[in-house]
Amino acid sequence: MVQPLEILTETPSQTAGPFVHIGCIPSFAGLEGIYSHDLGRSAVEEGAQGEVITITGCVFDGTGWALRDAMMESWQADAAGRYAGQAGADPKVGGFCRFAVDKETGAFALRTIKPGRVRDRSGAFMAPHISLWIVARGINIALHTRIYFADEDNSTDPLLARIEQRPRVDTLLATRTGAGAYHFDVRLQGEGETVFLDI
Amino acid sequence: MRDTAALMPRRREVHPVTSCPDYKKSVPRAPSLPLLSMESTTSEETGPQFGHSLIGPLDNNLIMNFTQGKSPAIGERIRVHGHVLDETGRAVPNALIEVWQANAGGRYRHVKDTYFAPLDPHFGGCGRTLTDEGGYYEFMTIRPGAYPWPNRANDWRPMHIHFSIFGQAFGQRLISQMYFEGDPLIDRCPIAATVRDRSHLSRLVAPLDLQHSRGMDYLAYRFDIVLRGRRQTMFENKREGM
Repeated sequence: MVQPLEILTETPSQTAGPFVHIGCIPSFAGLEGIYSHDLGRSAVEEGAQGEVITITGCVFDGTGWALRDAMMESWQADAAGRYAGQAGADPKVGGFCRFAVDKETGAFALRTIKPGRVRDRSGAFMAPHISLWIVARGINIALHTRIYFADEDNSTDPLLARIEQRPRVDTLLATRTGAGAYHFDVRLQGEGETVFLDI
Repeated sequence: MRDTAALMPRRREVHPVTSCPDYKKSVPRAPSLPLLSMESTTSEETGPQFGHSLIGPLDNNLIMNFTQGKSPAIGERIRVHGHVLDETGRAVPNALIEVWQANAGGRYRHVKDTYFAPLDPHFGGCGRTLTDEGGYYEFMTIRPGAYPWPNRANDWRPMHIHFSIFGQAFGQRLISQMYFEGDPLIDRCPIAATVRDRSHLSRLVAPLDLQHSRGMDYLAYRFDIVLRGRRQTMFENKREGM
């Protein structure tokens, strides 16, 4: 026999289901009047430092069909690479945004500012990125990934460096489509499958 | 330094399988390639913080919040309460908990729910609260109804309440469902069955808690939640392998 390990076990996940919006984005569900506004409407306030960008895209299933019921959350640093709550962080950057894909077209749009490079624990810089968290009916545990930017120097990013199959790095890169405009699709399964993280 | 410590790796075997033929919608939506595993970074170890100014006085009362206190919802009155801890056993204060559920007839107030059970004009179906200093939370609601759903030809969801929980770190983010002790539909539900280990599924089933019930008023159910912990060590400053 050995000493018992005093450690608890995380509560198991369950799917958020198709009606996740009721709890998280009530106005999307057609539910008004309980809260004054939806939580996480924007990651930034007017006057935030940095380049204003809009990232648009879809979330595709393994058949190539765009989900109409997915909900996403993003978490990011400010333009100087500081997260809300850290010393010196831009007070106009909350960093958290919650958004749903359109129930008719499946398209999403995230309007925010481009984050700066963030230091990891060792002091090395991670390339600018936005953490992305995805739930929907049929997704039994939320999928976590990152949005990087194809027009940044991603060559020394420690996470991207761990992707063995180099073409898969592209699944995490948002591509610039115009002034302040980026495109980023998520592919849940199959050809071009997005790299999802256990992090 | 606690806020910057690495998160404990997620024990994936505790969680549902991602693709499950009995839960049809999961099959085309589950990644087919392995996840990329890596130690957490600042991006996962930080997260949005929510203050008490966010929470209105009726936000944790689903019986009254849709009518702003004017008329109570129809259904069996229940109180749901519990304790939010992390894997190290520490209480998680100021954790934002959001809940949503069907009404007593098993109907959601959502533009996409077409089940013919009627809407309750006095029930919205969402609520939220923050855990207190000791990590405790509670809310009042009505017991949600079971309902049929389009999967196999005769599948029914057990009574359940959806939970969304924010800890202190984005990497602790969790969505789950609370079931009710004694519901015979739990063992017949393909969504519940995505948690393969029965002992872990049991942790999603809230026991009836008569000691915290109130006579002539409400029954209580207890639902404790555990979020990922942080590794506590002095050996945090080196790169992996160095």
